[in-house]
Amino acid sequence: MRTAAAALIDKVRRDPEFHALVRERSRFAWGLSLLMMAIYFGFILAVAFAPDLLGTPVGVGVTTIGIPLGVGVILAAFVLTGLYVRRANSEFDAKTQAIIERAR
Amino acid sequence: MNVEAIVMFLAFVAATLAITKWAASRSRSASDFYAAGGGITGSQNGLAIAGDYMSAASFLGISGLVFSSGFDGLIYSVGWLVGWPIVLFLIAERLRNLGRYTFADVAAFRLAPTPIRSLAAAGTLAVVAFYLIAQMVGAGKLIELLFGLPYIYAEILVGALMITYVAFGGMIATTWVQIIKACLLLGGATFMALMVLAHFGFSVEAMFRSATEAHPGGQSIMSPGKLVTDPISAISLGLALMFGTAGLPHILMRFFTVRDATGFIGYFYILTFIIGFGAITLLMGDPSYFTPGANGAIDKVGGLIGGSNMAAIHLSKAVGGPLFLGFISAVAFATILAVVAGLTLAGASAVSHDLYANVVAKGRASEVNEVRISKISAVVIGVVAIVLGYVFEKQNVAFMVGLAFAVAASCNFPVLLMSIFWRGTTTRGAVAGGLLGLVLAVAMVFLSPAVWVKTFGFSEAIFPYDNPALFSMSMAFLGIYTVSMLDRSPRADAERQAFEAQFVRSETGIGAAGAAAH
Repeated sequence: MRTAAAALIDKVRRDPEFHALVRERSRFAWGLSLLMMAIYFGFILAVAFAPDLLGTPVGVGVTTIGIPLGVGVILAAFVLTGLYVRRANSEFDAKTQAIIERAR
Repeated sequence: MNVEAIVMFLAFVAATLAITKWAASRSRSASDFYAAGGGITGSQNGLAIAGDYMSAASFLGISGLVFSSGFDGLIYSVGWLVGWPIVLFLIAERLRNLGRYTFADVAAFRLAPTPIRSLAAAGTLAVVAFYLIAQMVGAGKLIELLFGLPYIYAEILVGALMITYVAFGGMIATTWVQIIKACLLLGGATFMALMVLAHFGFSVEAMFRSATEAHPGGQSIMSPGKLVTDPISAISLGLALMFGTAGLPHILMRFFTVRDATGFIGYFYILTFIIGFGAITLLMGDPSYFTPGANGAIDKVGGLIGGSNMAAIHLSKAVGGPLFLGFISAVAFATILAVVAGLTLAGASAVSHDLYANVVAKGRASEVNEVRISKISAVVIGVVAIVLGYVFEKQNVAFMVGLAFAVAASCNFPVLLMSIFWRGTTTRGAVAGGLLGLVLAVAMVFLSPAVWVKTFGFSEAIFPYDNPALFSMSMAFLGIYTVSMLDRSPRADAERQAFEAQFVRSETGIGAAGAAAH
């Protein structure tokens, strides 16, 4: 059992499609992560360096720019998660299974 | 004193004890105790993991923070949420494919088990301790307010219940308590937010305007500044919140069967923000919610009965009357119990599975002994939690969770990330870097203004910032990198060689128990 898994791992490791999949998935996942971090730290840096800007009212009311920006970060987290889950469920899982099946 | 609240309170306790009794009859093996024997489906676990995260500290703490400082509460909400996508994109799949259920199992996949598990247990227990303080303080305040019980008795009551759940019901009871509570909490918070918005004709602008008129801070509650006063604190807090999620032991324990809980949690934080503003507008004008000062004057921020953490509880009475107050109080109590039980379970598992079974007994412990040790650990952790809850009574609970996150981000997260992603990571490097992060985070927290000055009463803080993550997390990564690079031992070479097999398994799940399930 253990050696069967080890042999399978060895075969998969030599499959160029495995490396192509890993590259593509990593690029996608790290890309989304960096985007999420950029959005979030953009917000945090605005809190740190430009609190007055965030405190500027939108139009004539009391609602400030910071409120839609903060809620926007939460919505961005929804959207990026949705993008990842959709692609992982449809494309990446199927490709991974195909690579494992071929190596068996 | 509120009869409805107490009745619903007792009904919930009775129901959860019944679940615990049922779970105890089904919990036999170690796998039942730690992982519910695999008898929990993915969607059930999705709710449970959201429940683990939607703690009383975030529900009461964030709404309380919004109540006292307005906009600043949003910084916490956002920070707590954005860790989830990162865990999902980078870590969740690989944890699942490496096929175990504590993060120590993953880090020890190719590294030496004894030192790695000792370190992981230390990191886990530190996080559990800080997080438990926050939860215990929230619980104590709530019961004090509802029953008029003195704070210390309230602490003992919560401690005793959580010990019962964990020691007798294990993961099965803990998970079901969590699922029920997640549904009740989302339902109750939705109702409250809708009632607040309805009060203002569903105009958010009207709600904010009314809040700035009612709050002594006026328009300043609409901009950042009171909580985070300088750039270094802001960035440090941000790092702790974002990467701490990826190092919380009780959350990582559940990441093996779920892909996503971001939706529930983001929705919950938006509700919490509305509830906090609702509390400003609907409570600050009514003196009956406040304890008058010596001269009869009312402090609209600090004078709220039970402290600012009770803002959401008082608001439930304002929008839904005594019956809804009873419901929300019972839900908040359920939330605290569920989360402390989950934390206690994670802490007890670290002691029994990592320290006892794998370090002390070197993997030769019997299952019966392992489960017995974890039950004893649950009792000890419960008693320690009662004592810590008593000592830290005056801390804002959201802030204490921030400290738990700093430790999680500085010890657990760097070790986990580096062992999964970097071929060069060696045992010595991981242990040295993780230990450095842990010690620095704990030391800096103790020497910070929040603990050194506010809790211990010294006049000046030795470390100037409340959130150490920027320093401690960077030092942990640097420590892992440097020591691993300098490690020339034969063991280190073997560990680097073993990376390739771990990498293939982490990407495909070959050889993992649950890989066929999806």
